[in-house]
Amino acid sequence: MNKFIKLSLLTAATVVGSNSMASAGDVEVLHWWTSGGEAAALKVLKEDLKTKGIGWKDMPVAGGGGENAKTVLSARVTAGNPPTAVQMLGFDILDWAEQGELANLNAVAAKEGWDKVVPEALQKFAKHDGKWISAPVNVHSTNWVWANKKVLDNLGIAQPKTWDEFVAAMKKVKASGLVALAHGGQPWQEATMFDGVAMSAGGSDFYKSAFIDLDTKALTSAAMKETFERMAVLRSYVDDNFSGRDWNLASAMVINGKAAFQIMGDWAKGEFLNAGKVPGKDFLCFRVPGSAGTVLFNSDQFAMFNVGASAAKDQAELASSIMSPAFQSAFNVVKGSVPARTDVPNTDFDDCGKKGMAQLAAANKSGMLFGSMAHGHANRASVKNAMYDVITAHFNGEYDAATAVDELADAVSIAK
Amino acid sequence: MAVASVETSIRTGSMTRVFLYLVLILFSLFYLLPFVVMVLNSLKPLSEITGGNMMALPEVWTVEPWISAWATAQIGIEPTGLSPYFWNSIKMVVPAVAISTMLGALNGYVLTKWRFRGDTIFFGLMLFACFIPFQIVLIPMARVLGLTGLAGSTPGLVLVHVVYGLGFTTLYFRNYYMAFPTELVRAAQIDGAGFFNIFWRILLPSSGPIIVVSVIWQFTNIWNDFLFGASFADLDSQPMTVALNNLVSSSTGVKEYNVHFAGAIIAALPTLVVYIVAGRYFVRGLMAGSVKG
Amino acid sequence: MATTLARADYRTRLQTILPKLVLSPSLALILLFVYGFILFTIYLSFTDSRMLPSFGWVGFENYDKLFRLRHWSVAVSNLAIFSTLYISICIVIGLALAIFLDQKIRGEGVLRPIYLYPMALSFIVTGTAWKWLLDPGIGLENTMHLWGWDSFTFNWIKDRNNAIYTIVLAAVWQTSGFVMAMFLAGLRGIDNEMLKAAQIDGASNFQLYRRIIIPQLRPAFLSAFVILAHLSIKSYDLIIALTGGGPGRATEVPATFMYSYTFTRNQMGIGASSAVIMLMTIAAIMIPYLYAELREKD
Repeated sequence: MNKFIKLSLLTAATVVGSNSMASAGDVEVLHWWTSGGEAAALKVLKEDLKTKGIGWKDMPVAGGGGENAKTVLSARVTAGNPPTAVQMLGFDILDWAEQGELANLNAVAAKEGWDKVVPEALQKFAKHDGKWISAPVNVHSTNWVWANKKVLDNLGIAQPKTWDEFVAAMKKVKASGLVALAHGGQPWQEATMFDGVAMSAGGSDFYKSAFIDLDTKALTSAAMKETFERMAVLRSYVDDNFSGRDWNLASAMVINGKAAFQIMGDWAKGEFLNAGKVPGKDFLCFRVPGSAGTVLFNSDQFAMFNVGASAAKDQAELASSIMSPAFQSAFNVVKGSVPARTDVPNTDFDDCGKKGMAQLAAANKSGMLFGSMAHGHANRASVKNAMYDVITAHFNGEYDAATAVDELADAVSIAK
Repeated sequence: MAVASVETSIRTGSMTRVFLYLVLILFSLFYLLPFVVMVLNSLKPLSEITGGNMMALPEVWTVEPWISAWATAQIGIEPTGLSPYFWNSIKMVVPAVAISTMLGALNGYVLTKWRFRGDTIFFGLMLFACFIPFQIVLIPMARVLGLTGLAGSTPGLVLVHVVYGLGFTTLYFRNYYMAFPTELVRAAQIDGAGFFNIFWRILLPSSGPIIVVSVIWQFTNIWNDFLFGASFADLDSQPMTVALNNLVSSSTGVKEYNVHFAGAIIAALPTLVVYIVAGRYFVRGLMAGSVKG
Repeated sequence: MATTLARADYRTRLQTILPKLVLSPSLALILLFVYGFILFTIYLSFTDSRMLPSFGWVGFENYDKLFRLRHWSVAVSNLAIFSTLYISICIVIGLALAIFLDQKIRGEGVLRPIYLYPMALSFIVTGTAWKWLLDPGIGLENTMHLWGWDSFTFNWIKDRNNAIYTIVLAAVWQTSGFVMAMFLAGLRGIDNEMLKAAQIDGASNFQLYRRIIIPQLRPAFLSAFVILAHLSIKSYDLIIALTGGGPGRATEVPATFMYSYTFTRNQMGIGASSAVIMLMTIAAIMIPYLYAELREKD
């Protein structure tokens, strides 16, 4: 009761204090950045909104890379009580847009010129029917390799440039008794590796037609078989205890020098930095050999729900805060990703971050920026998960490469 | 109730007894093991966990993780620890347990002492309801809560937990009252006592053990529920399990295992206390009640 | 005179209506929130619902797809393995511990809560601890190696053919103590006179248990079965916490399948059809049981 009184007093004071504003609203934000650094980084947004007189009602739901949040969202929308803004990935945003549930941010987007600064491949997920529906926070990229420099130096291994060099390097590491490839056996982690491997095995045209266009010919092509064969090669360089391991424990193996390489998205960088490691000196970051020049991305966005005209102003303010270069820089330095707009100065970023920003800008220009299959930016959830099923079954030895190719095409046809 | 706790008159030789104690102690180790792992690791600094043996005693003992989990850990964007959510859970659990137990008791009373045509069908419907998978009720339930204006509130959660706990509480009380001498009820009726009067004066005073069973069962299930808490609560009503999950399963952050374990134990404390305090009556309650089938 | 009669009449009528009146809120809640929702789910299973319910009729298409999914058959056979082992092991361990604990054991008051407490914890709480214990790299196997027992191996959780057994292990850990309590309660209710008579006739302890005591525990067996069956079908947290359905999809069960198709994969129609199949299976097992149990007492 007391709290309520205090709150209403506070609200009253704000309203009186700032005559210019009609009324101070609240935004309710559903997200799964619920702990540690990323949650703290998100708080920057809250503080920013506070200066604009907008309150932040936090609605965190962690688990499974947003799976639980997704369930909660379905329940909330069904109850007729959607949150103001929701953290979302890729096709999920478009799915909700098709349901007619999302708000229109065109006014603020036009005012701030988002069309010019947000990479085009990203706009496909932030716009629907010519309307801006969400504000991208970051761009993660999945085709990265993380390596322990000391391990490589001790064994006389140079940073591998091609797939064959990579395999040779792993062979050498394995022979030395260390783990060549640190990996956590969860379907999404296997799919994350698959992203980079497919790009390296088949090139960008293959990637696009197989995973984005779901072209049956590409799905059953020799390149697909080659991809699965390469996954089997990777499997042979993983330690015995890989299955079920969390990705950050796999990163820890590289950090502690127990393993040489990890193929993982750029969120892994946070683990390295947190352990006090310096890019270039203690660890290396480079693209999955054979996929250099391409960037496979996924982007966290805050989609705005249609919750009435009164919230529209607050939503515009929230979106504008998210898109501000200062927040984009501050947040992404912490998160390990790169800003979702290409005009943010890279001064605060470490070497890997700078590299990532330059490569994103270049790939955007050359048309080599593609959505990540593993992270829901190539196809819808049903197809994504159907692919997971096959990739993880093959990686765990249930299928050989040829069977996996057939199963993949079959699974996609059921899920489509 | 009618049967008092009777010790068996089976006699055992001393060799057998050594064997019995050995087995019983081995099993207690098996049951304790995960909990020991949690406690040990909640008292270590993080560096000892990531680099060391999980069964080892801490080299440096610290209560830092406990303080962090309770009061300062980042949960969502606020560094509040688990403490505010603890009260949310209490506010939800207490009424939900009370209401479902009370309804269960009344149902059991009617089903055994005021029988009518079709009462078995009613009971069968209640029992089968225990088996409904919760995954399928989420969406329609959300719709109902939305229509009734209960979405995202503690009363909404209480309603959900009462509904899906009713089957069990009815089962417990019905089986318990089944063994209660109906003659007492009839005699009271002849003396002019009414429906509620009989329940209040005659049945309820001797329902202690089964109330314990029902409360333990409901308290445990509701306190530990995640699915409903996550789906039907908003910030002001999010229960403990949701906050704990937010603490431990954020996907792309550094995992502070010591804080996670401390938080997990804190989240489990109320149920542990209920089990240890009420556990003595639990077996007695089961004995007089549900096992009678 | 007439008024007293009328009042008495009113009173009796109230007394006959009141019991039904008391039951009616429960009945209304259950009819709407359980049976209404089941009907809704059955309806959904014949529609093209994806992310949210939608009402385009597709006939049996979802069922057809469901049975074409290898994933589903894996989930169903896992549930069969899991629930058979889980229910029988829990009953065996629970009965054994109850019988042992019933032998006038010193320290029963300490042992009993130790056996019971796992039931109080959810797997959101104990999942990580179990995952560590079972992980050969950091858990039991590693600890045994550090203690000098080098040949010890326990890597089931990493092995797709054996991972389901580790789930059984953790599930047994959680509920066997509870089952013990149910049997113990049953044992404490047994009449000692009959035992004494048999003892005089020279019956051994084993014979006493086999012929006299265990047959009297029949109601406890049935209650244990109902509770264990219900828990095994609803097992969800456990699997998510321990294996996440892995390695690969080797430990997927219908509950995780249903959740992932309904919410994660946006294939609500298939999710609903799997729920219907599950409900039908439960009904096939439970209705005969309930019928037999309830009719007997009438």
